[in-house]
Amino acid sequence: MAGKGLVQKVRDTQVWKSIFRHGPPDNARNRAAVVAGNVFLHLHPIKLKKSGVQLGYTWCMGGLTFFIFLALTVTGVLLMFYYRPTAEYAYNDIIALKEHVPLGIMREIHRWGAHAMVITVWLHMFRVFMTGSYKPPREFNWGVGVILLVLTLLLSFTGYLLPWDQLAIWAITVGSNMAKATPFMGHGGPGAMLAQIGDFVMVSDKNDVRFQLLAGRFVGEPALLRFYILHCVFIPLVVGVLIAVHFWRVRKDGGISAPL
Amino acid sequence: MKEIINWLAEPIRSFPIFTVLFYLMVKNYRVVGTKKFGIGALLVSIPVVAWFAADKNFLAIILWPDNIPINILVILISFFTWFTLYKCAENDKRIEAGEVPIEALPENREKVWCWPNLVYTELFAIIACTIFLIVWAIIFKAPLEEPANPTWAPNPAKAPWYFLGLQEMLVYFDPWMAGVVLPGIIVVGLIAIPYIDTNPKGNGYFTFAERKMAIWSFLYGWLVLWIYLIIVGTFLRGPNWTFYGPFEFWDFHKVEAMYNINLSEYIWIKILNVPMPGNLVVREIFGIILTVLYVAVLPVLIARGKFGQKLIEKMGQIRFYIFIFLVLGMTSLPIKMVLRWAIDLKYIIALPEWELNL
Ligand code: HEM
Repeated sequence: MAGKGLVQKVRDTQVWKSIFRHGPPDNARNRAAVVAGNVFLHLHPIKLKKSGVQLGYTWCMGGLTFFIFLALTVTGVLLMFYYRPTAEYAYNDIIALKEHVPLGIMREIHRWGAHAMVITVWLHMFRVFMTGSYKPPREFNWGVGVILLVLTLLLSFTGYLLPWDQLAIWAITVGSNMAKATPFMGHGGPGAMLAQIGDFVMVSDKNDVRFQLLAGRFVGEPALLRFYILHCVFIPLVVGVLIAVHFWRVRKDGGISAPL
Repeated sequence: MKEIINWLAEPIRSFPIFTVLFYLMVKNYRVVGTKKFGIGALLVSIPVVAWFAADKNFLAIILWPDNIPINILVILISFFTWFTLYKCAENDKRIEAGEVPIEALPENREKVWCWPNLVYTELFAIIACTIFLIVWAIIFKAPLEEPANPTWAPNPAKAPWYFLGLQEMLVYFDPWMAGVVLPGIIVVGLIAIPYIDTNPKGNGYFTFAERKMAIWSFLYGWLVLWIYLIIVGTFLRGPNWTFYGPFEFWDFHKVEAMYNINLSEYIWIKILNVPMPGNLVVREIFGIILTVLYVAVLPVLIARGKFGQKLIEKMGQIRFYIFIFLVLGMTSLPIKMVLRWAIDLKYIIALPEWELNL
């Protein structure tokens, strides 16, 4: 019984009590307190329908997407310590990361995690569709989800450029060439030549959507900086805010869906 | 054998095969969605995959580090597709017998404590996911190729795998369709789903029988048009975006004869035997008429029909037209594919002068 005595002793210390303001969660009151009193856990309701906690129902794919997003944020910050987004340094910084950081797998976790997040987001959508969870009252949250899905793809896409190797610039070239063909807004798209006043071409390769995306006519250093900022700051912020909205709405729409 | 599989894998054959398999699978979901079938399929697929992997060309493609996610995706999607069919079959049998779906049983409606019921599941999922990622990261190094060189393009130059469905569409459509309009339709269509599908049934439980049309259309787009194209784009497209069978070596010198011709040439030159008219609109008039028929007249015809009348009664005019428009957008891809294979059609409307090829 010495072990149990030790646990109890730790639980009785002032330090422990200052952190956890309730006893062990083995009775109703404390189980409520442990969820409601913790800023992270209080995303959850204190009690929920049994069907909603079953793995066979949610597949836990939304939760895993969120977890992978957090893991990517942490590993991404670590990578930022080593990486400079310029044509001169970017590639060499990635090499240095490989060669000078012992046992380094942060880049691997970040890259494979990014792929995994795309997969889990798709599967999450698949599950939500199959359980009909987009039906009233959850129509709006489904829409928020679709935007999150698009942003997840864009996060992955912008990150793909950063290693600045052949794979990166040519994948982004293929991708961004599509933007060139946007109707009316890309210089290679239908309708662009209508926007011409006399000799003055309004939509050209110097101002169309692809130019805005790449800050240039091809994937060069300005594009690298632009993608870096989109990837490390702008899109994650928007995703973070939308995830907050998404979770809030899951609660406000009555928790995980169940038969009416 | 390998020759045959290489031959079958070419989209002109594998797309119809895949479509038929998809149809059979969903149609017979009560057979597919049983444990017996699931285990049987697993047992059959293990030696098959092993036999495939014994080929060094095939192995080289699937072990390329950036392709690992797609292997995982294929495995997970196969599993979860089977799993939803299983869940649906289970509930549909109950509903047929006049019982409630499993999710609606009193013991499942009962409220349970979040701690420990949910938090422990989450903890377990997080730990499993972490271990999985770490193992993956240790086994496969993140790829890094030669430094960026804007003057030398690798061949094939591929977009990231999750966009390869779009890149594969480039075979059949110009970039403004494959890269902008169709993805736009996908995103808008997805957001619109809850507002179009007014069927109140199947909310919060797995069922196929109660929402057949919704599930048919979604699964068709998701599995056949999206996932299948990604698989083709990743595993079966080599240099110059030429098709390579799963056991074929990516030989840079393989050339594919391409003599696709436009609808206008077909009609003016081959059928009417006259030179192409100079006026652009006259030249492309047949394609323009066909397109207008497809996007404007066909929906009205469907609306007049028995099927359309039934739908309109259920969901109203506006929803009906949006729905039909989205479905036609989706089916434009298989239509274009079939036309390409059947009559080597390049463009229905070919107006390169206006960058408007369809
Ligand atoms: C970054 C992306 C996303 C994150 C982190 C996320 C997270 C979550 C989480 C944790 C839940 C709780 C239930 C569960 O785990 O299944 C949830 C529910 C939900 N999600 Fe997402 N999600 C994301 C993307 C999406 C997408 C792409 C869609 C749909 C297109 C979507 C639609 C929904 C809906 C409708 C619910 C309510 C489900 C129900 O009540 O059964 N979410 N999401």
